[in-house]
Amino acid sequence: MTSATIAQGHDPLAETGEVYEDAVVIRLIQFSVLWAVVAMTAGVYISAELLWPTIDLGQFWLSFGRLRPLHTNGIIFGFGVSALMATAFYSVQRTSHVRLFSPALAWFCCYAWQLVVLLGGLSLLAGWNTTKEYAELEWPFDIAIAVVWVIFGVVFFGTIARRKIRPIYISNWFYGALIIVIAMLHIVNNLAIPVTVDKSYSLYAGAQDAVVQWWYGHNAVGFLLTGGFLGMMYYFLPKHSGRPIWSYRLSVVAFWAFTYSYIWAGPHHLHYNAIPEWVQSLSVVMSVILLAPSWATMINGIMTVSTAWEKLKTDPALKFIVLSLAFYGLATFEGPMMSFPSVNVVSHFTDWTIGHVHSGALGWNAMITYGTFYFMVPRLVGAPLHSVRLANIHFALALAGTMLYIVAMWGAGVSQGLLWLSVDEIGELSFSFKDVMTSMQPFYALRLIAGLIFLTGTLLMTYNLFKTLAGRQAVVAKAPPVDPAYAINKEVTA
Amino acid sequence: MSALSLHKKIEENTGLLIFGILLVSAIGGLVQILPVLNQKSLEEPTVNTKPYSAIELTGRDIYMREGCSVCHSQQIRPLIAEVERYGPYSRAGEFVYDRPFMWGSKRTGPDLHRIGGKYTDDWHRIHLIDPRTVVPESIMPGYPWLAERAASETGNIVAKMTALRKLGHPYTDAQIAAAESDLEGLMEIDALTAYLQILGTGLDEEIAR
Repeated sequence: MTSATIAQGHDPLAETGEVYEDAVVIRLIQFSVLWAVVAMTAGVYISAELLWPTIDLGQFWLSFGRLRPLHTNGIIFGFGVSALMATAFYSVQRTSHVRLFSPALAWFCCYAWQLVVLLGGLSLLAGWNTTKEYAELEWPFDIAIAVVWVIFGVVFFGTIARRKIRPIYISNWFYGALIIVIAMLHIVNNLAIPVTVDKSYSLYAGAQDAVVQWWYGHNAVGFLLTGGFLGMMYYFLPKHSGRPIWSYRLSVVAFWAFTYSYIWAGPHHLHYNAIPEWVQSLSVVMSVILLAPSWATMINGIMTVSTAWEKLKTDPALKFIVLSLAFYGLATFEGPMMSFPSVNVVSHFTDWTIGHVHSGALGWNAMITYGTFYFMVPRLVGAPLHSVRLANIHFALALAGTMLYIVAMWGAGVSQGLLWLSVDEIGELSFSFKDVMTSMQPFYALRLIAGLIFLTGTLLMTYNLFKTLAGRQAVVAKAPPVDPAYAINKEVTA
Repeated sequence: MSALSLHKKIEENTGLLIFGILLVSAIGGLVQILPVLNQKSLEEPTVNTKPYSAIELTGRDIYMREGCSVCHSQQIRPLIAEVERYGPYSRAGEFVYDRPFMWGSKRTGPDLHRIGGKYTDDWHRIHLIDPRTVVPESIMPGYPWLAERAASETGNIVAKMTALRKLGHPYTDAQIAAAESDLEGLMEIDALTAYLQILGTGLDEEIAR
């Protein structure tokens, strides 16, 4: 923290530092918020379709089966990845004390990614769909994603390679793992033989394809939605609370344990499915082990902020980040519990899964991103947030929406799971599928309301950030001088 | 070299960090996923499992395009209630020609793995166009456009079967040559119905009973 303090004190040496490339960060934040609104609106709309199935008006592109992948891909790749690129570019410069390696490539990365998300989204509406969850985009987009991803990696690791600070800060490890592991998963899972521009067939078939897909699907959640956003947490939480990481050593141990153990847990998505049993059992063991690094990281975050609780009273951005850690803790506890075969037998194929995903996606990913955006945007343009009051209202809406969503889906999921399995004393099924399905309507109505509440909050933030950014440019931020104790030693090669 | 000083090296070296992450994250896949890809028993079809015909394959691609697998699983677990509700539990050998697999993760609607033969073709056609005419409580979307589009326009059937043959599906030259004429006169709804009717019929009749 010493170097940062010197910089704020207008040290004359600061004049010598490189100027950070921040305009690209602002643009990525704008795109991220835009995709959040688009993809969440799609989510609200399809949740309404489950109540009123005819509101697709007989239009193929409004059909549930096409809008649902648009919703998930829009959130993960539009909202999520744009936010991760923005925060990675912002924090890697500040933890390396240099400007981005090749700002031109960073800008290319920014716009090329948005083009992939836009055209990819339209292709999903057109019905180009591989059906592999979170990998629905067809092969031309898979190739484009791989290319942009490599460029993202070049900009990111290139910046680290020319850093002026000797240690590589922990947030950069998580962003680094995001880039490397997602590249590996994406390429292996999407291997296919192209037929036409809109059609390909997977290189894997049946049970083998299932195992590869959930190795990908589970770890896209692991290294993108968990690991990537932990990178965000490790930079912005200490920065914002003004406290150093509680235990740097714990963060190091938890990082490697996380990176090693997450990758094994995928087949818990295939319990009692037609795959080898040892693969399922192993995934349970590793899922339970995974709880340790997950919670170690949560505890590290909570302890970091534990001497700064008073800031929560006045600072909506920090409230979002701290609350997101609580939901992170909830979701990473619920996950291993759902991996137990005895729990999974109830939860699998039900709305419980949907609830679990949203406790992560709304409670953790969206909240930490919102908190981070409220923190970054005023700093990027050197002006106060347009309205702190609106941000506080947003916080209340986000919390209420997320809680209501999770509770509604727990209710729906647990009832579905138990009612489907229920047999009477002579072994006959107690309920028809139709009975159970029709009893879901109250839960689906609650979920729609929850989604509307959460979306309203997101719209308030969009307005708030837009007003803060309007007519303003990125302020010139320079790298502060490096504390000699941490300076790059010429003998150490990077 | 102690663990801490080794870590200090990784912590200060970009190349080592990249290599370390790649190595540590790859182990799980190498030990757990790779053996599954090499397990030949998972590639053995059950007795009556055949590669999809030109019509069924077209139907399956429509099923993919419309995202049916978002709400319908094709995987019956070996549990009493599931076997009673849907039929014999799913075997790996029934899916060897499924590229990709479509087991699904959510049952907003019922499982469809053993749907084949349970309803008539006509029932499926009516149900697909407007599900509520036959199941008033249904929340499934209608697919009226399937009755208006020719099955031959769903994609390039010859290219599809040729690609699948490259991947090991035993199509004969005659089957591929006849593919286009097989689709003649059929609408997309017919192809999708043909696919639904073949689902789950790959088991030995002994087991299926």
